[in-house]
Amino acid sequence: MEKYNIDKIRADFPILKRQVNGKPLVYLDNGATTQKPNAVINSIAHYYTDMNSNVHRGVHYLSQISTDAFEVTRKKLQSFINAPEDKQVIITKGTTDSINLVATCYGRAFIHAGDEIIISAMEHHSNIVPWQMLCDEKGCKIRVIPMNDKGELDMDAYQNLINERTKLVAVTYVSNALGTINPVKEIISIAHKHGAVVLVDAAQAVQHIRVDVQDLDVDFLVFSGHKMYGPTGVGVLYGKEELLNAMPPYQGGGDMIKEVTFEKTTYNELPFKFEAGTPNIEAGICLNEAIDYINSIGLKNIEAYEHELLEYALEKLSEIPGMKFIGTADQKCSVISFIIEGTHPYDVGVILDKLGIAVRTGHHCAQPVMDRFGIPGTIRASLALYNTKEEIDILVAGIQRAVNMLV
Amino acid sequence: MTINEIQNELVEDFAFFTDWMEKYEYIIQLGKEVPLIDEQYKTEEYIIKGCQSKVWLYPEVKDGKVFFTADSDAIITKGLVSLMVKVLSGHTAKEIVDADLYFVDEIGLKEHLSPTRANGLLSMIKQMKLYAVALQVNA
Repeated sequence: MEKYNIDKIRADFPILKRQVNGKPLVYLDNGATTQKPNAVINSIAHYYTDMNSNVHRGVHYLSQISTDAFEVTRKKLQSFINAPEDKQVIITKGTTDSINLVATCYGRAFIHAGDEIIISAMEHHSNIVPWQMLCDEKGCKIRVIPMNDKGELDMDAYQNLINERTKLVAVTYVSNALGTINPVKEIISIAHKHGAVVLVDAAQAVQHIRVDVQDLDVDFLVFSGHKMYGPTGVGVLYGKEELLNAMPPYQGGGDMIKEVTFEKTTYNELPFKFEAGTPNIEAGICLNEAIDYINSIGLKNIEAYEHELLEYALEKLSEIPGMKFIGTADQKCSVISFIIEGTHPYDVGVILDKLGIAVRTGHHCAQPVMDRFGIPGTIRASLALYNTKEEIDILVAGIQRAVNMLV
Repeated sequence: MTINEIQNELVEDFAFFTDWMEKYEYIIQLGKEVPLIDEQYKTEEYIIKGCQSKVWLYPEVKDGKVFFTADSDAIITKGLVSLMVKVLSGHTAKEIVDADLYFVDEIGLKEHLSPTRANGLLSMIKQMKLYAVALQVNA
């Protein structure tokens, strides 16, 4: 591994210097959202200071430069996930919006009564509820791939679930609650043998590992900007061109039309067909800086560094009496979910907060996962490229202090 | 003691604490003193919604006054519900409905009042007042 300059990286994130409850902030809630580097923060100010104008509309100078900048992000996203063409990158509000778009547009057109949708037992609510809503509307059925006690999907069960009625498989690349990295390439290949399309939720993946949509041969891939060091309110739907073309539009409005009369409207081409209305322009433009930032460090380096941190954290945390990890998959990202015998996750979270340590407690929008393990929730420490071993030590000491108070 | 007298006493108690740790240790201690809800009422019907942890609260009327029993699976939350029971239990429904719970702010627990706060202190207060309203109507 090349020299990973953690001091320089931390200096790029101004919020990491602040104190919380009189203690230096230890931010370990990166699965919920990541902090932003100066490059992203400054570019937001720069956008409003120098460029603010609506995109894809005006002939005037500002509109042209903001449109160009917005489209630069699309190109950057295209190469970030190795999409064949930039028009296959639909810019949305975020992962949830992207999934709802597919459930609404693809689902309404191509999924019918009696059809089946396969999801996994470790999905985030946003990759469950849109499919349930579709099933309620159309009379189709959801089947669920179970997982083992380590939090790994049961691939044999998946093979048994899939059949000619399966029209779509929607799975997460990396579990937000468990950290499991799923074998999505294999899941996709099996689905394709049965004629089903696959949506992969990469919200917890793209900031940690290299994602290549062509290598995966994935039909739809979705993720959010704010979990990859970019602004909130922007996300991506990647889709295969023939599927996107075959789908009806999502919302009606400006930008998504070619021609409108009161009798009939013809729709714009990709990607604009799915981008009705004024988008979150500054988020779209400034996401470009976040991708540049990730690229400047290199996903390979990030992956190696985070893996080292994860190993260190697992080793140190396992020394705490009563520690029980939830999600111990062989293939795992830097998401650590755990409970401590005799304590409630909420109580531990409150004490850690008082010590300046930000973790998430609760069900992590994945209640079925908690039900699977028979627990009300977990404490989750999710690591990012700027976390350090010292912060892990502070977390471990904080948990010990909490346990002393609570047990 | 009136609701306000109890509130004032709590404000005085909490004034002794110099740091958050002492404060939370006291809250945890208070949790151990809560009049425990009878196991038969630890059901869905008596759960307070909006808490990350489970909170059960059961009201009953004795001699024209409302008494609460409670429990929680998280001990800080149990301490918070215990605080509320300490202040509101044993008063008339009208007194409970009209109570201005200024002590929460004064003892430095205002952060727990945010509507999205996971412990649902706000939900507890709301539910206790709702019970009082219902009992007032029935009385």
